[in-house]
Amino acid sequence: MSTIDEFRKEVRAWLEANCPPAMRTPTPDGALIFGGRKLSFQSDDQRLWFERMRDKGWFAPDWPAEYGGGGLSAEQTAVLEAEMRRLHCRPAQINLGIWMLGPVILEFGTEEQKQALLKPMTRGEIRWCQGFSEPNAGSDLASLKTSAVDQGDHFLVNGTKIWTSYGDKSDWMYALVRTDPAAPKHQGISLIVLDMQSPGITVTPIDLISGKSSFCQVFFDNVNVPKGQLIGPLHGGWTLAKALLQHERRAMSKFGEFSLPTHFDLMSLAERYLPPVGAATSAATSAAAPADIALRARAVAMSMEEHSYTLTVQRMGEEMRARQNVSGLMSIMKLVHSEQEKDKFEILLDLMGHRALGWEGDEFTEQELALSKAWLGSFAQTIAGGSSEVQLNVIAKRVLELPEGKQSK
Amino acid sequence: MSLVYSEEQRLLADTASEFLAARSPVSAQRRLRDEGAAQGFDPALWREMVNLGWSAIPFPESLGGLDFGCKGLGAVFEQIGGKLSAAPLLSSIVLGGSAVELAGSPAQQAEWLPALIAGDRRIALAVDEQPRHAPANTALAACREGQGWVLTGDKVFVVDGIGADAFVVLARTAGQPGDIAGLSLFLVPADAAGLRVSPMKLVDSRNHARLRLDAVQVEAASLLGAEGQAWAGLDAALDRGRVCLAAELLGASQALFDTTVEYLKTRVQFDVPIGSFQALQHRAAWCYTHLQLARSTVMAGLAALDDASLDAAGRARLVSLAKWKAGQVAHLVSREAVQMHGGMGVTDELDVGLFLKRIRVAQACLGDGDFHCQRYADAGREG
Repeated sequence: MSTIDEFRKEVRAWLEANCPPAMRTPTPDGALIFGGRKLSFQSDDQRLWFERMRDKGWFAPDWPAEYGGGGLSAEQTAVLEAEMRRLHCRPAQINLGIWMLGPVILEFGTEEQKQALLKPMTRGEIRWCQGFSEPNAGSDLASLKTSAVDQGDHFLVNGTKIWTSYGDKSDWMYALVRTDPAAPKHQGISLIVLDMQSPGITVTPIDLISGKSSFCQVFFDNVNVPKGQLIGPLHGGWTLAKALLQHERRAMSKFGEFSLPTHFDLMSLAERYLPPVGAATSAATSAAAPADIALRARAVAMSMEEHSYTLTVQRMGEEMRARQNVSGLMSIMKLVHSEQEKDKFEILLDLMGHRALGWEGDEFTEQELALSKAWLGSFAQTIAGGSSEVQLNVIAKRVLELPEGKQSK
Repeated sequence: MSLVYSEEQRLLADTASEFLAARSPVSAQRRLRDEGAAQGFDPALWREMVNLGWSAIPFPESLGGLDFGCKGLGAVFEQIGGKLSAAPLLSSIVLGGSAVELAGSPAQQAEWLPALIAGDRRIALAVDEQPRHAPANTALAACREGQGWVLTGDKVFVVDGIGADAFVVLARTAGQPGDIAGLSLFLVPADAAGLRVSPMKLVDSRNHARLRLDAVQVEAASLLGAEGQAWAGLDAALDRGRVCLAAELLGASQALFDTTVEYLKTRVQFDVPIGSFQALQHRAAWCYTHLQLARSTVMAGLAALDDASLDAAGRARLVSLAKWKAGQVAHLVSREAVQMHGGMGVTDELDVGLFLKRIRVAQACLGDGDFHCQRYADAGREG
């Protein structure tokens, strides 16, 4: 038996013995475990699973053991992930630090930073949030203005970050700040990390059209950040930001987060909400028929679009395993998924009529109330994480290699 | 079910691409059109395709085929689409040959398949009687007379009907138009008394024909399969044709899109390449996106044809998805290609118009978008 087969056997046995059966079921809403100072568990099984994975170093299986990682090779890590998928193990911890910031610190950080920042991530002790967007720097992220002024031994930070997911629940933030206002916009940016408990920081949750959300706005009013918390070179933050976003994409594909469509079946809903086909037994049903038929056809066509997308997710997986270049395919996934979700909700609303527009109260079922919120929530999907227009720019320039326009400099 | 081509299938696609680039560039199709060839294809080219083994791809070895699978056919049809190459591969092999393979007796298979595979004879499948594809609506009547049958009625838009040696004719032996029961297939020789074949020239300048059957007498042995039970075999043969057309549409759309992107990079207006304008960039990016989605559905449709574990409804669902989506993207790309080429896009000098015309015919052939949308929904209810 080869070493890797031996390893697979060991991993399988360990997971069988250590992952509680309750942690091998799909994670319900609100049951994901985020590490951090405010860590809490809903059950002993959750706590056990968290602690056992932590003690194995398997929150970050491929990081070096000296920083609290599992010390596994890439091949071994892939085996561990495959075995976890096979057993349907829940993720033991969700942490932006491990997915995004950690790999960048491993590559660009100093030895001191690695010791100080990586270990708490691998212990699940610190929860991280991301400070990138600003009210005036969305799609044009590099125009960000939050300033970090050199004060000798520390930076003085002023400004604001927006769309920070769980900003109110996180312990530390990694943020892009402007350290050289005179330089061209991509060259005056640095990456810093800061404690969210620092004096001068206020966090305000943002209400969306769909109601409460996890998004926050974070304000910095003369916040002191020690110089040692600069990651990578001064003014070199843009390169690190691009590396971070690449890690995000890799993590997303690794964790299968090219989310499959929201689960509702438009075709069976059409059966439920529309009169049956060909059953024009009364004057009333025959009068309504053409409109119903048109709506039914839209529902079927939408289901077919959705099916095309799920097949594309499958094809991309196969091409990746066959080591083909999938960068072109990758660039359409977010665009298609988010646009389709919006279109689907509109058809769903047409099928269900007013029943899908309930806001609150006993008149509506929980499911109906969740639906109206989800419809409103779908509007954010084509804006957040690179708007559809940005995605189209990326396809046009990087995939089709169309010439740069004057307006896009 | 795999959505990528195997190494062997990729090699076949590469060979097809090189062969067609040398022997059948788009200019060859333009020449065929200008010469007004009634047959709509170059017999010498077809002979070479046969020598490459393409006509043997889908059939089992026991019947003289290569048993290479329908996915291999898809790889070839994509290339055929990219060069607009006309050949009776669809009509005589994928449709006619499959009907004989799937519905015929061993004697009928032995009589026809080796000759079809060798390219010595051609057969055409005659299904439709109306402007839009609707096989169940068949009315053409076949009545028993003595030991044989008498067929009366018209068939239209028969692909490669001019010059075919025989026709597989879908006829009604019982029931009413709309019923899938009561349909039968007959092998009718082209020289049968009472059969007239005339051209129907469509915008793609290919070979489409009208058949007039005026009390055509055929013997009992010309019934292909069991009387009144043609549907299952016919539907399976049509599905092979539908996915191959979807692959052809995908190949044609990809080639037309590539040409258009090149044009956007080189055509200068207002002192800049027009491809630098965001209005055009975004529309091109949408075309690319839908081409990718269509490619996934075509791969799934091809794989479905080779997947013995799928039932007819499962196969129909994926086949109709492929034909629907490939037709939809072909429509999008051909309209954008004409528009983005501006005034030149509506001249006969460019190939854009040739692609537009072929695409529109291939879209309508064997079921348009609405047909396959309906069929997808019906298959979902059954499945």
